[in-house]
Amino acid sequence: MIGFELETLVAILLGVARGATPLVFAAIGELITEKAGVLNLGVEGMMLVGAVAGFIAVVATGSTGFGFVAAMLAGAALSSLFALLVLFLHTNQVASGLALTIFGIGLSAFFGLDYVGTPIKGLSGLYIPGLTDIPVIGPLLFGHDIMVYLSFVLVAGCIWFLNKSRWGLILRAVGESHHAAHAIGYPVIAIRFAAILFGGAMCGLAGAYISLIYTPMWAENMTAGRGWIALALVVFATWKPGRALIGAYLFGGVTILQLNVQSMGLDVSAHLMNMLPYLATILVLVLISRDETKIRLNAPACLGKPFQANG
Amino acid sequence: MIRFEQRLAPSQVMIYGAPVLAVVLTLLAGGILFGALGYDPLQSMYLFFIKPISNTYGVSELLLKAVPLTLCAIGLAFGFRGNVWNIGAEGQLTMGAIAAGAIAVTWHDTTSSLILLIMILAGIMGGAAWAAIPAFLKTRFHANEILTSLMLTYVATLFLGYLVNGPLRDPEGFNFPESRMFGEAALLPLLVDASRLHVGALIALFIVIAAWLILSRTLIGFQVKVVGLTPMAAHYAGFSSKKVVWMGLLVGGALAGLAGMFEVAGPIGQLQPVISPGYGFTAIIVAFLGRLHPLGILCAALLIALSYLGGETVQMQLSLPLAVTGVFQGMLLFFLLACDVLINYRLVLGLKRKVA
Repeated sequence: MIGFELETLVAILLGVARGATPLVFAAIGELITEKAGVLNLGVEGMMLVGAVAGFIAVVATGSTGFGFVAAMLAGAALSSLFALLVLFLHTNQVASGLALTIFGIGLSAFFGLDYVGTPIKGLSGLYIPGLTDIPVIGPLLFGHDIMVYLSFVLVAGCIWFLNKSRWGLILRAVGESHHAAHAIGYPVIAIRFAAILFGGAMCGLAGAYISLIYTPMWAENMTAGRGWIALALVVFATWKPGRALIGAYLFGGVTILQLNVQSMGLDVSAHLMNMLPYLATILVLVLISRDETKIRLNAPACLGKPFQANG
Repeated sequence: MIRFEQRLAPSQVMIYGAPVLAVVLTLLAGGILFGALGYDPLQSMYLFFIKPISNTYGVSELLLKAVPLTLCAIGLAFGFRGNVWNIGAEGQLTMGAIAAGAIAVTWHDTTSSLILLIMILAGIMGGAAWAAIPAFLKTRFHANEILTSLMLTYVATLFLGYLVNGPLRDPEGFNFPESRMFGEAALLPLLVDASRLHVGALIALFIVIAAWLILSRTLIGFQVKVVGLTPMAAHYAGFSSKKVVWMGLLVGGALAGLAGMFEVAGPIGQLQPVISPGYGFTAIIVAFLGRLHPLGILCAALLIALSYLGGETVQMQLSLPLAVTGVFQGMLLFFLLACDVLINYRLVLGLKRKVA
């Protein structure tokens, strides 16, 4: 009896990591973009384009690795459109981000149409003989797919980059005061461009995680609002990568909890249970936003403001 | 070399020229897209933009689709003008449809025409109530209305799914997830025989004119504009930004809810798991394309409605995926935003550097 319950528990915890990982990638990508002072609301669109590009690449080449690379390139390519609009044409960032999402939804549905229902082999968890066989701890430490580990590396790398590296400091300076950064001689536009491209690549990766690993298939709009949840996570994290990781696992937990309540045969409508992640997002946003000064102190000062060198 | 030079004053010509230019560029890009896919560009553009409205039925369908787009976009414009980013019109539309639909289903055997009036009120209130949530969370807790209104859209869609699979499912419907068909009295009267165009189109037209007068001639319209353009000045003038948040969201929700009511009591005639093919989201494009101006929005809604019909036509004739509509709409918004740069900047050819 105990053994059975432990097995279920391990399966649930592995599921939590799978639910959280795409959110980690997308939230970290957006976090870096916002740290540079750019608000890109196109996360959902970039994730969908990444999801479909990764899926098509896997069907074509059979290699999951190629799929992830293609997804990153696709996400970055789409984000470069956004970058052109907001950095060079000084368009409203909110409107341009919404445009990116609408365009991404249409584009992914367009290219994905022939792939609806195509089966692919998902990537399974690691198996290291000896280590993964250890009960409970083995699979939890050594049994995830490679992307889960990479997401942790990404978060660690991000913390180091933002706090310890020279370029990270410059990126933050650009987000806090673009005029000061420009006056000292840093290339504000180039740095923001790079941050937007990085954000796009990470969102593409997040989308591909969903279409290649989380549910190995392609369906229209399959990210189901995770891009928006990732945006909320950045606020929840008060622009700190470590807290974004924690937030993503909380949300991964809510998603998996909802799936498990259903499989336990509780008589609650699946439709109502599926509302949980969205309601949780609203609740968390409210709890975090209550303290307005906290948000103001942590948000990059130039977030959403356009920059002109001679303006 | 091409570069931008700041204009001394915003160009009046480009304020109206930019949308036209954006449409032309979208047509060009669309032609190139069709060409790249191996279709004759001219023929496919004809199929997309002209064939659908080459007969009366097509025109009536165009007007029918323009109704929800116009209503949602006008509501959004009230918010956008005051920097209130309600992007949950799709959810508000759904809640309006649910509220109106629930009444039609409950009193399905009534013959009183009063029921239509009650449904209209329910639709308006359902949408407004749904929009009141982000308004409350924004004014009370500073929660970002973009994210909350969007999350509530997913909740609304799931709620509709729950209802048509559960409490409101047609008992004689062979377990299909849909409500019973509304009674005759609960359906909007048609304007044109042998079409699906209903009286909602007239109401929408009336709302366009009313919104135009409110936004251009009243203190409310002025306050919204000032809060949106210069929040500080508005603050000193004693205009409440909280009031603008509430008003922007409530008007947006009410009109989206009305649009939802029109859809279920008009062309659909029952509650289904899907009420709208994304009208609430597309209305964002309509609002921008129409310059947040009610009359502009009306024109933009007709154009975007055409893209829905065009998408259906090329799907049938060229077996292109319906998603081509979304691609067109996204491109249009991109081009519009890009062309807007010409309002404040002029394109300068040549090497002469601007003297700072």
